[in-house]
Amino acid sequence: MRTRDCQHICDESSPGIGEAGRTGEWRNSFPVIDQTKCIPVRQSKASCFLCWLYCPDAVISKTIPVQINLEYCKGCGICAQICPAQAITMVDEAEFCSEQDS
Amino acid sequence: MLKTSAVNLTEKEYLLPGNRTCPGCALSLAYRHILKALEGQVIVTVPASCLTVLHGMYPVTSVIVPCVNTPFASTAASATGLVAGLKVLEKKGLTVLAIAGDGGTHDIGIQALSGAAERQTDFLYICYDNEGYMNTGNQRSSSTPLGAISGTTPILGKQQNQKDITAIMEAHGIPYVATANASYPLDLYEKVRKARLVKGTRFIHVYTPCPPGWHFPFSDTVRIGELAVQTGWVILYEVENGIFRLTSASESIARRGSLKPAKEYFAGQGRFQNITEEQIDEMQDWINARWKHCLERATNS
Amino acid sequence: MQILDGNRAAAQGAKLARVQVIAAYPITPQTPVTESLSEFVEGGELSAEYIAVEGEHSALAVCASASMVGARTFTGTSSHGLAYMHEMLHWTAGARLPVVLACVNRAIGAPWSILNDQQDSISQRDTGWIQTYARNNQEILDSIIQAYRIAETVYVPVMVCYDGYILSHTEMPVDVPSQEAVDRFLPAYRPHTILDPATPKNYNLVTLANPRLNTDGILCHGYMELRYLLQEALQNSRETITKVGQEFGKQFGRDYSNMLWEDKLDDADIVIVAMGSLAMEAIVAADMLREEGHKVGVLGLRVFRPFPKSGVVEALQNARLVLVFDKNISYGLEGATCSEIKSALYGQRVNPVVRNFIVGLGGRDVKAGELAAAVNRSLPLLKEGALNAEYPEWVCHI
Repeated sequence: MRTRDCQHICDESSPGIGEAGRTGEWRNSFPVIDQTKCIPVRQSKASCFLCWLYCPDAVISKTIPVQINLEYCKGCGICAQICPAQAITMVDEAEFCSEQDS
Repeated sequence: MLKTSAVNLTEKEYLLPGNRTCPGCALSLAYRHILKALEGQVIVTVPASCLTVLHGMYPVTSVIVPCVNTPFASTAASATGLVAGLKVLEKKGLTVLAIAGDGGTHDIGIQALSGAAERQTDFLYICYDNEGYMNTGNQRSSSTPLGAISGTTPILGKQQNQKDITAIMEAHGIPYVATANASYPLDLYEKVRKARLVKGTRFIHVYTPCPPGWHFPFSDTVRIGELAVQTGWVILYEVENGIFRLTSASESIARRGSLKPAKEYFAGQGRFQNITEEQIDEMQDWINARWKHCLERATNS
Repeated sequence: MQILDGNRAAAQGAKLARVQVIAAYPITPQTPVTESLSEFVEGGELSAEYIAVEGEHSALAVCASASMVGARTFTGTSSHGLAYMHEMLHWTAGARLPVVLACVNRAIGAPWSILNDQQDSISQRDTGWIQTYARNNQEILDSIIQAYRIAETVYVPVMVCYDGYILSHTEMPVDVPSQEAVDRFLPAYRPHTILDPATPKNYNLVTLANPRLNTDGILCHGYMELRYLLQEALQNSRETITKVGQEFGKQFGRDYSNMLWEDKLDDADIVIVAMGSLAMEAIVAADMLREEGHKVGVLGLRVFRPFPKSGVVEALQNARLVLVFDKNISYGLEGATCSEIKSALYGQRVNPVVRNFIVGLGGRDVKAGELAAAVNRSLPLLKEGALNAEYPEWVCHI
């Protein structure tokens, strides 16, 4: 495969999502939000959003309900650790998969 | 002016998901908010560092701002060139942001940084400090704390305490110097916003814990950063034209609390597994003296 | 016409080229270049940003980044300064930035020397810069102006080299063209890099060994392909150098369409090869030898990178004995230009005996008479069956 069609003469990179691939594949556990505990959901208004604020990878949306992009979430668990309402639990991927299978 | 909160902070992101940083990377968290504070109106220059890796690999980058990568020692010189180029071409309205790790700032990059500051170069320099050369697997830098294990201090741990880069930069007489911490993103955001409007050399030292380098679970990143401030390892302050001010949690602790013992900070990190009692005492004395000095400065300002 | 030393000729060239960002660190014997430029800037004659950097590595880093923004940049250095910016030389070429650097050739320590030889720039010949060597101060000024035209066409940085003290501090008559004439010759610099938040790009990121798809599904270069493009640019730059040199000749009356200086080669069976001011001394030596009845010509390497291979082969096709005088040496082997001359001739059915002399290191004076004597010593090599020697001969007092 030849690269002449690439017009670059130096390395010039353009923005793209998932530069490191589907980083969701890195994780051992994934966050699950309990909507009954989540403050913005309970209050039906923009509030808290600390999970959004502290996510290093910007995969959490500042919406009601809050959504997490599992394609790229690395499962660091900071959101679960920081949530003042303990609304987020980290669920083990392996357990989740075996539950799904059984 | 409304104080920034998670609720009113802009949703616009300049970092795209799926970058190469480790899970729980404090740098990634800090960088998100730095770029928000600058509204993406920047040209960033970056040396060899974890940030280069965050930025991606040709031909795809995970940031939505223009960026120039530059060899390790030259971050501040590269920034100087960007500032000079923008000036002669009369391109206004952009902040030149030099952002380097502690390796690229305290060690190999300090000459260029000192030169740029002495020339009163109009740029913002942010040092993200994970207290070691983390991109290459944790070798000691001059910011690595006393007693910490690293790839190049594998058995005895580092024999010297860290260099106070913020004090060094303050000694250059630049108009704005501050410390910040990824665990306090709103404080960081405010400082960057403030620094954006200052003319001249601005320096912000951002503390960014590193899960693999410091050996703690990556869900603990924010908690470790908070503990750093609670024990006085990190003091959040800013010096604006010589006027000293404690900020955020450090300001609260000064007003109505006291520092937690330093050993609580060391306890949660595997890199301190070999730290001796003498070293802990030495560090506690150092922390106490620095805190006392900051309290005096805060009172006198 | 002005009487200028080489350094002031270089500074005039940069000024006429309307450089916009200058970052240079003083080092003997380059210092008057940066002093002249700071005088032009402070005195209002040149509208540019002059950055008094704290070291040479930073000097080139400043120029590289300013060039990426779109400014025309200039720096100058010598010897240890050039060595100090070595990493940035690689970087600037690989990033394809049209920076122009004046290298005032000076010996490198240890032992410490502030005097002339060409080891400094020769040591950097692998970095991907175009390199030219001036024979006199007129050529210094002319080379700098042409350097911007060439660099900004092919996007390869250019190093204009000239001998420290011999040229840098020696005054000669120099025709200084008018600003209007140079403005006609040099169009504005158009960078290939875009640094704009509206279309964000990230330059000089880590590049993997293999090609990789971009977000549009196009297969982009791997490291090797990008490096190939640099070599290709240097190979193709011969055409640009020639064209620019020709155009310069038409506009200013001094033609630079040849990458080589050729003197009395038509009937020469002995050719002296030299670079820089030594090529002028060689002409004097050649004249002396002609008076003794030898048919001697001189081949000066005006452009060293890209190496003018085919020009060298053509120029030496009738030579039976070639004497290469090097003011440098690749330790463990021989003088660099000698190796490269031989490499150019190999397999081209041009097969003179090639003898290498190391001369002039650390400012050792080289007189025409010494060059002529070296040629005379080498005459036995004209005999049938003579072979190249293993190592060069040194003209010194050992």
